[in-house]
Amino acid sequence: MIKRLLAVVPVVFGVVLLTFLLVHLVPGDPVEVMLGESSPMADRAKLRAELGLDQPLPVQFGQYLKALAQGDFGRSIHTRKPIAQSLKERIPATASLALVSLLIAVMIGLPLGIVAALRAGRWPDSLATILSLSLSAMPHFWLGPLLMLMFGLWLGLLPVSGMGNSLSILLPAMTLGLGLAAILTRMTRASLLEVLHEDFVRTARAKGIEEQQVILRHALRAALLPIVTVLGLQLGGLLAGAVITETVFSWEGVGRLLVESIEKRDYPVTQACVLVIALTYVMVNLMTDLLYSRLDPRIRFAK
Amino acid sequence: MKRWPYLVLIFWSCAVLLSHLIDLQPDHINLEKVLALPNTEAWLGNDDLGRSIVARLLAGAGVSMLVALLVTSITLTVGTLVGLIAGYFGGWVDRLLMQVTDVFLAFPGILLAIAFAAVLGPGLNNLLLALCMTSWVGYARLTRAQALSLRHRQHVLAAESLGAPVMRIMRRHMLPLLAAPLVVEATYSIAGLVIAEASLSFLGLGIQAPHASWGSMLKDGVRYLLVAPHYVLAVGFSLMSLVLAINVLGDQLRDAWDIKRAR
Repeated sequence: MIKRLLAVVPVVFGVVLLTFLLVHLVPGDPVEVMLGESSPMADRAKLRAELGLDQPLPVQFGQYLKALAQGDFGRSIHTRKPIAQSLKERIPATASLALVSLLIAVMIGLPLGIVAALRAGRWPDSLATILSLSLSAMPHFWLGPLLMLMFGLWLGLLPVSGMGNSLSILLPAMTLGLGLAAILTRMTRASLLEVLHEDFVRTARAKGIEEQQVILRHALRAALLPIVTVLGLQLGGLLAGAVITETVFSWEGVGRLLVESIEKRDYPVTQACVLVIALTYVMVNLMTDLLYSRLDPRIRFAK
Repeated sequence: MKRWPYLVLIFWSCAVLLSHLIDLQPDHINLEKVLALPNTEAWLGNDDLGRSIVARLLAGAGVSMLVALLVTSITLTVGTLVGLIAGYFGGWVDRLLMQVTDVFLAFPGILLAIAFAAVLGPGLNNLLLALCMTSWVGYARLTRAQALSLRHRQHVLAAESLGAPVMRIMRRHMLPLLAAPLVVEATYSIAGLVIAEASLSFLGLGIQAPHASWGSMLKDGVRYLLVAPHYVLAVGFSLMSLVLAINVLGDQLRDAWDIKRAR
């Protein structure tokens, strides 16, 4: 466990370094790109000094690290607000979106996968396969508008965009969650099918336990491990998908902040958003790994 | 029934050829036909500037094919080379290269490509650059994992003791044995890149107006979603059937060659 924790350190360092270097990838003078060509020299010099771009690269990186360690992401060039504050305002929206999508994915993907595995080769299985294949071929910026049309325009049930209503989280969350549900369905099906042939399932059946109990308590519990791993890995994909989904639905989260900052060429904000999303992903993966070793008795007792 | 992915792919190729052979005038603006429903002149209707959606779909098909094929061939080469070097030499070379790939993999999905495209600025060249910089990693990991075990196979050791140069060992003795999973991975990645190009263009980071791209068409279509749903539906279904076809093709290849997917 200590080893796994230590392995994260160079990755986090690399992520911070790569994000730091982003501004230096800007072709030409980043300060000119950010302020516009007609900006006065005095303003440019001021911004250059504020961002530390007049210093040598290692010094800049040192200052960047030092500020980050104190939770300081710098200031937005446009609003002059501290970026940490904007992030604090936006993170709850993205977090609730991610949680509701995860819930939707589990509620759809798990039962569908179980049914597909139990009826393998028959029509419920084919239906689930077709459904999950087509859902995973739908990028968020196509599934989102499609759901808007179906639920907003044709059925007139749900608010189409914005955050005014407590129901307005449903469409963006479905957009994110359905794609995940597709992956979860296939994973649950494959994982359960593998377990169903194991001896302990036959033993449970031989003892005369009800079929429902055999599936839910014996087979599913053993099949759950790979499913948890996939969920953890996909939660990061959810965060990347949120960038596009939040844009489609005008959902004021971190992803929307990122896209807005790109449009305004507000690079410090862009950097901060990318960093926050990537570090969240690293942390979620770490926790999945740790959880995995807690859940799997073979790993837990091996030491 | 099993052949339908090929049909979609042939259709895609024909669309690309057609858009080059015939001048479909995808940029021709006709303000009398703004957001018109499908009609005899434009089979799928017209967009917000009265341009024919079919013509723009065909032009956009060319862009997505160019991006997908170009980026796949470049990153497949670079990624395989990196993976071979890491797997063959092992030791600190391997540790260093894998540390680099770990950092790239720490950015979920398309996030890093978005970040690169954002700082490089919009346009086709920068889009290609951003996608190339981020999509070599998967091939490197896949190649390295196999190369590690191939490294100590007898035929590789024999070639080595006969004094064969490193490049020759990698190319003639290792590459043929690890090519199959790479081809499967490349097939999936073509679908991924079609989506990635559309995503970046959707965010305004890829292909710029007036040039057609499925992503920027979807972006315009979403703006007029409630008045002209046919626009979004036409683009969306094209994109979906293409991605689905490539993915199914990848599945068929994988099953035919009996490969367990590494991810």
